Amino acid sequence: MEMGTISAAYIASAILFILSLAGLSNQETSRKGNWYGIIGMVIAIVATILNKSVDAYGWLIIAMVIGGGIGARLAARVEMTQMPEMVAILHSFVGMAAVLVGFASFFDPALDLYGAAATIHNVEVYLGILIGAVTFTGSVVAFGKLSGKMGSKPLLLPMRHQLNLGLLGLSILLGWWFLSVGHDGGTLPLIIMTLLAFAFGVHMVMAIGGADMPVVISMLNSYSGWAAAATGFMLSNDLLIVVGALVGSSGAILSYIMCRAMNRNFVSVIMGGFGTTTGGGEEEGEQGEAVAIQADEVAQLMTDASKVVIVPGYGMAVANAQHAVSDLTKQLRDKGIDVQFAIHPVAGRMPGHMNVLLAEANVPYDIVLEMDEINDDLGEVDVVVVIGANDIVNPAALENPNSPIAGMPVLEVWNAKTVIVSKRSMATGYAGVENPLFFKENTRMLFGDAKDSVDAIKSSI
Amino acid sequence: MIISIPKESYKGEKRVALTPESAKHIQKLGHTLRIQAGAGKLAEFSDADYKEAGVKVVKGNAIWTDTDVVMKVRGVTPEEADHLAEGTTLISFFWPAQNEDFLKTMADKKINVIAMDCVPRLSRSQKMDALSSMANIGGYRAVVEAATQFGRFFTGQVTAAGKVPPAKVLVIGAGVAGLAAIGAAKSMGAIVRAFDTRLEAKEQVESLGGEFLVLEFEEDGSGDGGYAKTMSKEFIDAEMAMFREQAKEVDIIITTALIPGKPAPELITKDMVESMKSGSVIVDLAAEQGGNCKLSAADKIVTHKGVKIIGYTDLPSRLATQSSQLYSTNLRHMLTDLTPEKDGQLVFDMEDDVTRCSTVAYEGEVVWPSEPPKLSAAPQAAPKAAPTPEPVPEMSTAQKAKMTFGAMALGVLALLSVGSVAPPEFMSHFTVFVLACFIGYQVIWSVTPALHTPLMSVTNAISGIIVVGALLQISSTSGLVVFLAFIAVLIASINIAGGFLVTQRMLKMFNKG
Repeated sequence: MEMGTISAAYIASAILFILSLAGLSNQETSRKGNWYGIIGMVIAIVATILNKSVDAYGWLIIAMVIGGGIGARLAARVEMTQMPEMVAILHSFVGMAAVLVGFASFFDPALDLYGAAATIHNVEVYLGILIGAVTFTGSVVAFGKLSGKMGSKPLLLPMRHQLNLGLLGLSILLGWWFLSVGHDGGTLPLIIMTLLAFAFGVHMVMAIGGADMPVVISMLNSYSGWAAAATGFMLSNDLLIVVGALVGSSGAILSYIMCRAMNRNFVSVIMGGFGTTTGGGEEEGEQGEAVAIQADEVAQLMTDASKVVIVPGYGMAVANAQHAVSDLTKQLRDKGIDVQFAIHPVAGRMPGHMNVLLAEANVPYDIVLEMDEINDDLGEVDVVVVIGANDIVNPAALENPNSPIAGMPVLEVWNAKTVIVSKRSMATGYAGVENPLFFKENTRMLFGDAKDSVDAIKSSI
Repeated sequence: MIISIPKESYKGEKRVALTPESAKHIQKLGHTLRIQAGAGKLAEFSDADYKEAGVKVVKGNAIWTDTDVVMKVRGVTPEEADHLAEGTTLISFFWPAQNEDFLKTMADKKINVIAMDCVPRLSRSQKMDALSSMANIGGYRAVVEAATQFGRFFTGQVTAAGKVPPAKVLVIGAGVAGLAAIGAAKSMGAIVRAFDTRLEAKEQVESLGGEFLVLEFEEDGSGDGGYAKTMSKEFIDAEMAMFREQAKEVDIIITTALIPGKPAPELITKDMVESMKSGSVIVDLAAEQGGNCKLSAADKIVTHKGVKIIGYTDLPSRLATQSSQLYSTNLRHMLTDLTPEKDGQLVFDMEDDVTRCSTVAYEGEVVWPSEPPKLSAAPQAAPKAAPTPEPVPEMSTAQKAKMTFGAMALGVLALLSVGSVAPPEFMSHFTVFVLACFIGYQVIWSVTPALHTPLMSVTNAISGIIVVGALLQISSTSGLVVFLAFIAVLIASINIAGGFLVTQRMLKMFNKG
């Protein structure tokens, strides 16, 4: 295939990728969007393979078949509750691929560059490997934390900020060394830098706690994009640059949305260790008496209601209660009760996590609403059921300016006539803040595992 | 405290102030209960039932002595009051407005009186609002009495023996009793119309399936405490004209119009009664306060030109079991409020709206009428403006513009400095990169938040495009490069296949209801 034809094919697949992302703007067009992406990918791969300089078909096919097989198996097997882990591990693959391609590009004897072109290529290689390496280990640690293989508590090393700064400074020095020795002696600084970047990735994500994961996942998503873009520069491949830029900006926007939903700035999340820097506001002491309720009473309240809103949180995912919740919803809807779901942007461990779980359990998406869509209407709701969520329904965010979560937008469930909070105990949420919602006059606590509680409600209806 | 429940002495009174069920709850508050033998008989509660619930059954007048609290339905007679010792507390209906002298006597005897008819209408005190409980029963029973006297079905039917039109019922006054009557008549199949001077009642009437008659007149009769107030003359004229029209058409009229502290307003005049069809029924729930109908007589059925006018004043007592249950539950809640420590000690907290209003005689003083809490069930006519949030210090537009401009200038400078050293080939790639970032920015903002997880997995898949780089390297002459590229192709393929397939799986699950 001629270069011109290949370029044309690349343009076609770049357009298809853009259409693929655009398709996700709503549920109706989303499946078509995914197909655009698949077609774009096939065109890009076929065009590349038909390039005259590619002839190692044997290796190529073996690698693609093995890789494709593993990927397909993963995709078919993964539980929807494990989606955050799946996404994290896929990020790590992109990062690793960027590192490998970077090294391969550095060692490639076919490339014969001089002067500024060689320097620029080396900068690109260096950056590509750096970003790729950070993405790789960062994602692996995120995977470990999300899958429970590692504790989700933030690991806070002493002098961690200085440590990070030191690593950054060291990377710049190594880069200068690498560029000055050029192609001949550059292998050593490149490898040292890669190891440092690996360490940096691990340290960065280790310091971030469980509920900040939506930000971390989005950020790693963004990094994987920038790694691809850097690879594109180093290979002078516009398709890679376009895709890398798309993915990079996608992840950046998601991180921004998640940060805004927690009213925190990106830097403070990345610095890690929530609650250690923002003290105060926690010594409120006794706030009142929480009133417990039994499942059959909840069932009674729900059947008497005309409008019920369910607020799911990470606790629902942990207890795997989404199917029970879906059945309950069906029962109530069959009785003519208006049931809706209210989703906070950071509910769960990744953006859109709750939506996927509810969709898996066959909850129709048109009754699943975003915080902004439903917050003003909560006053007209008879019963709000909060399942395994805490900080996202904490009135302290609005009422107590000293609270560590002050200013975070929350679901104002307390405006409803009755609020049922299903929770294992009175323990505080991720932010470690007391939740005054539990002590409100119209709040009832339903203690126990989310799934058991919902099952009990179901059987009493 | 020892709480005693004497038998009701009023003629025809079947209710009793305590049921075995509520006795159990009251004992949990630390009180000891005694009941006069046979007190619950007419309400179908036997002495044995009470004994089983732990209540001591006392014979004869001994019930009045050695007691701290006496609970009754109707107020005590002067003879009964003579039995009461100083410091005793009486909890019952009392109607202080009609019994001012007697209230003074009670206060002089140093008897504390809690009048269940004086419980204020607050949402907190609903559970002890005995007037509402009784009105609810009265409204229901009014329909039952009307049905007994009415010669036809309530519901319309088409039978083999001919067509029966449904009865038309007009309910005047949509308070608790009126609403109960509307609900009962509607469930028996009648066509129900209702009128109330309070416009807030419209929604409640309609929620029970009644039709709310609207006067073309701008005046809302909502008074304080959930009751109606007296209306202007013009309004009353328009109202009467409407009743006159309705009287010709409807079969049953149930009137429940009361204005607190005043005789009941006369709404159904003699000529209206005469204009009604023969066999029609009027139930006047206000008969005790003089009646809404000119012709009604308390506790009697009057027949005037074929129209029966029922003026029973003991409707709740006619449903004795039900009203005893509700009334004793009201009393139980009252005692719960008065016994905050659950230690059997009564505490009169005069700071509390409910206690202050319902206590009419306390420690030798008449403490009635007390300042009523101002609250109405109706929404405020002019809702208070939402509190304006504290102004957040915000950058002026000029400052913002400056910052934007500054950022843009920096960006241009950075671009220029890169452009001055980089070869043209790099700059063309850079152009593509910047433009792609902008497209990404535009496209991603339009993604619905519900699909953020599929967005991440699909971006995962397409960032597997890095395979293109590895594919170009895999045919290298260097073994090391081939090895690195081989692994890169492999893991990038995992991404491509895994990402697209899992996205497909997820998107398939998003279904519309």
